Amino acid sequence: MIWNETKECMSRDEIYTLQSARLAKMVDRVYHNVPFYRKKMQQMGIEPGDIRCVEDVNKLPFTTKDDLRENYPFGLVAVPQSEVTRVHASSGTTGKATVVAYTRKDIATWSECVARVLAMTGMTREDRIQISYGYGLFTGGLGVHYGAEHLGATVIPMSSGNTKKQITMMEDFGATVLACTPSYALHLAEAIEEAGMLDRIKLKTAILGAEPWTDNMRRELEKKLNINAFDIYGLSEVMGPGVAADCLEHKGLHVYEDYFLPEIINPETFQPVAPGEVGELVFTTLTKEALPLFRYRTKDLTSITYDKCNCGRTMARISKFKGRSDDMLIIRGVNVFPSQIEAALLEMGETSPHYMMVVDREDNLDTLEVLVEVDESYFSDEIRELENLSRRISKVLKEALGVAVKVKLVEPKTLERSEGKAKRVIDKRTLY
Amino acid sequence: MIVKQLSVFLENKEGRLCDAIETLSSNGINISALSLADSTEYGMLRMLVSDPESGVKVLKAAGIPAKLTDVICLKAAHKTGALSRILKAFMGKGIAIEYMYAFAAGENASVVMKTSDTEKAIEVIKESDIEAWEAETIYNINA
Repeated sequence: MIWNETKECMSRDEIYTLQSARLAKMVDRVYHNVPFYRKKMQQMGIEPGDIRCVEDVNKLPFTTKDDLRENYPFGLVAVPQSEVTRVHASSGTTGKATVVAYTRKDIATWSECVARVLAMTGMTREDRIQISYGYGLFTGGLGVHYGAEHLGATVIPMSSGNTKKQITMMEDFGATVLACTPSYALHLAEAIEEAGMLDRIKLKTAILGAEPWTDNMRRELEKKLNINAFDIYGLSEVMGPGVAADCLEHKGLHVYEDYFLPEIINPETFQPVAPGEVGELVFTTLTKEALPLFRYRTKDLTSITYDKCNCGRTMARISKFKGRSDDMLIIRGVNVFPSQIEAALLEMGETSPHYMMVVDREDNLDTLEVLVEVDESYFSDEIRELENLSRRISKVLKEALGVAVKVKLVEPKTLERSEGKAKRVIDKRTLY
Repeated sequence: MIVKQLSVFLENKEGRLCDAIETLSSNGINISALSLADSTEYGMLRMLVSDPESGVKVLKAAGIPAKLTDVICLKAAHKTGALSRILKAFMGKGIAIEYMYAFAAGENASVVMKTSDTEKAIEVIKESDIEAWEAETIYNINA
């Protein structure tokens, strides 16, 4: 079902006209309300009047996660505090979170986007959706929650974790739709299989996101649970889940272009690449009130097509992701940067800051092992002390990263040094 | 009374223990007592050697993390109850025995002991009739 046919099936001309008008209006508003962008535009010698149509977007400055961090927490907010009705946050590169803000209208737009995604999967108000994304500062839980309520479905706000309880509630409440990360869905699927509960649950759809996954993984999940599985994409900086999602055709994720203007650029030259070519995905928000962003660099690598989809929608589609243009990892749905580990070890000061991350997947749950060198002169020769040290490091890293870490102490000078491009990460998962 | 023990951190990797021992022998350092503690991921090799200072140097040069630890060495006769007599001397004195291992030296057995408070342990020994080895004697025990 198409939730908003007038928008989702507009002609390309109509999309162009709508985007151009919204872009010009947004740039004008941002120029007058966000000193950060005004200064940048002045430095580049551009005025709001220079931005009149979609093509003009490449005159605008880029925005990065660092810009958000440097303006922590509310430096880029374009409305008075009284207009902000919600904040969310995600992890940053060096401990400081990236904070995002929403007005009442922003939340309504977000709910509209998520309702479109849910309808696209065939979900209706008759459905019961179990939301097993984390609730809280993470956008996953509440984002899908509001969209599902907007659609009129019955929401089961489970939040993440506690697999046994998840399955019990799924059976007792007759959940027909599951929303969580793809790896957790697979973990749940196997737990359901093991418990022999497959014929007692009524799931028919899974809407999965917050981490990259492959088509093979989708097919495996669909077969295991006898469901249709869909990919939902989003990032808190741009909005949260619901920026794009795939339809039953599974031939790319539809981007809600009436709200977000996508570009694909070469991450080295910053020049646009042709449709179909792989590059970094960049978003300019077109209607966001609280946190409008110019050309936000997602660092996700993908390609785009503007061809009409067999499902009838005209909104551009981005391909499944091909990787990242930075070193960010997504572990259990949490964004992790290797530099966070180095910063935490340096701050702790009890070991050398040399480390190696080993990311793997056991029983469909991501695992993170961090190899840390013991300090040559100050290690203790008591096993108990060394074990305490491992535990302390693991606690510090868990606090810094937001994911559980297994620490392994290794001999000094056995890990590569960071001069040049030391390999700090071994990712054994198949994500792209 | 303080004896310098050579402590070596070993990753659980094939050949690591052999590397350490070989490094010592090729530098003419003799081992008179040895204990190997293990965890799932690494081992801790503790040794009394003929020249602890050089031991640390040659091991570090070979890329094997090593350090010196203060321990005490006590004589225990080859007689039932000898060890318990030693342990009883430490009881109620607020001294924890972190680890311990034994070796034979001449007619007597000996125990190497790492305590939570070496100074205090030495006082206890002086007040008791327990016999301790002098460091120099231990280093040259097999010379």
